Amino acid sequence: MTIEHAQTIPFGDAHAPSESAVAVRGLNAHFGATQVLYDLELTIRPSEIMVIMGGSGSGKSTFLRHLIGLEQPSSGTIELLGKDITQLGPVEMLDQRRRIGVAFQGGALFSSLSVAENIKLPLREHTQLDEKTMDIMARMKLEVVNLAGFGDHMPSELSGGMLKRAAVARAIATDPKLLFFDEPSAGLDPVVSAALDELIVRLRDAMQMTIVVVTHEIHSAFKIADRITILDQGRIVEVGTPEEVRNSPNQRIQGLLNRRPDETPLDPEEYLRRLSGDDQGLDDRTRTRHV
Amino acid sequence: MLAFLEQTGRRGVRAFDELGYATVLLGESLFWTLFGRRWRQPVRFASVVAQMMHVGIEALPIATLLAAAIGFMLAVQSLYSLGLFGAESFAHVGIALALIREFSPLIIGILMAGRSGSALAARISTMTINQEVDALHTIGINPVRFLVAPALLAMVIMLPALAMWANLIGLGAAGLLVSSSLDITMAAFVTNTIEVLSPGDILHGLGKSVLFAVLIAIIASVNGSRVRGGSDGVGRVTTRSVVHAISAIIVADMIFGFLATT
Repeated sequence: MTIEHAQTIPFGDAHAPSESAVAVRGLNAHFGATQVLYDLELTIRPSEIMVIMGGSGSGKSTFLRHLIGLEQPSSGTIELLGKDITQLGPVEMLDQRRRIGVAFQGGALFSSLSVAENIKLPLREHTQLDEKTMDIMARMKLEVVNLAGFGDHMPSELSGGMLKRAAVARAIATDPKLLFFDEPSAGLDPVVSAALDELIVRLRDAMQMTIVVVTHEIHSAFKIADRITILDQGRIVEVGTPEEVRNSPNQRIQGLLNRRPDETPLDPEEYLRRLSGDDQGLDDRTRTRHV
Repeated sequence: MLAFLEQTGRRGVRAFDELGYATVLLGESLFWTLFGRRWRQPVRFASVVAQMMHVGIEALPIATLLAAAIGFMLAVQSLYSLGLFGAESFAHVGIALALIREFSPLIIGILMAGRSGSALAARISTMTINQEVDALHTIGINPVRFLVAPALLAMVIMLPALAMWANLIGLGAAGLLVSSSLDITMAAFVTNTIEVLSPGDILHGLGKSVLFAVLIAIIASVNGSRVRGGSDGVGRVTTRSVVHAISAIIVADMIFGFLATT
């Protein structure tokens, strides 16, 4: 399947059931004048593990930021658990966020709080639970991610793998129905990475969560995914089971899976524009989110 | 020449953009403070108290030292300059008015800009880089309510309180020198000083303190949230925050003093 075809065929809908945990329709996104996501269509079923893959600069992290409501799309809709988050007001968005968990690449634990306090923060903010119950809840979540006894540790005292597991514990603190992972295996050794993969599958099986994982780790993706979405240059080029993706005739997908370097011919005009610094979108692409 | 104009233009646009963002931050902070509870996003009392401890109580020793030094220095200069005309006995007038209307809020403002403003800018910028601000969004916590509003409230409460403390310490230090130099009792110095001061003078100093507190908190928050890059970026915005805050304090002091006095 070629990229050109991918623009017109909504892959996700091919298998879409009437009920969906995530439904993305006609999503376009720009950073300044540069378009970074093109007409994305994707449906993710309840209790499914969907892995979003792509090379560097493919737009997978930007797509994730739109899915979790950190960026507003230029056009299109993003339905999470039946609600279009692009149309929600602040209070409704707040309610929606309580039903969603996010585990960031670096953990993003609050460095001034202990691990247990990090897990208790969403509970403290969104529930009326007393302190003792929150302590029990925090210990339960730490048990789930195999970090029992580390509640009093500060994030700076944890290893990379432990940080990611602690981030998962915080993400599932309010028992969300939908859980997002950003590069869960990045920077981890194979053993720790495998343990994290197992944790993701276990969470889905035990808690019936819908899980969306953004990663470029091929081995990990094929191990945990029910379905895989491949992004390339801001476009979805394939959605299918691991087997379907593995057998895709698309050369760019095969290049990604087999670690072949990009052999796209250089566009001389584009190259000259980059050299002259006229590519205005780049500055915006490197921006950080404001408070 | 063209490059210079372009650079000036870019800086102007950025300054205007930051001014707008600062106004939004201030408005949002006030909104969450006043109406947060109605929107199930209250500004936590515990967070405000924790910030007050850091901003105010922990700064007490250094504030005391600076206030005593300023008071003593004012007394030395007043006795010397008025001594040229044989008017040393009026030293308390200049000392009291200068300290309460000008020096206490100014020196405490500068201290807080360097101490608490930089800490706030570093905290917000580090959290931004580490995606902790993103995490707050995804948890459903408004970062302005969680990070900016408690710091702003704490500074608005503690800067005037520290300025009042600096008034007492500064006047005490000045009184020690003046009373021993003019051979009068400390009680006489205090009585003379109280006669000179009006509630308007004290409110003048406190009004400035509140203004400085708002400037420090908002400038630190704006700089902290606009960080780019890694640890280098944190250092840059922290320094920028202190420089901007001190500059803003001095300019605001001048404008406030002019408008309130003339």
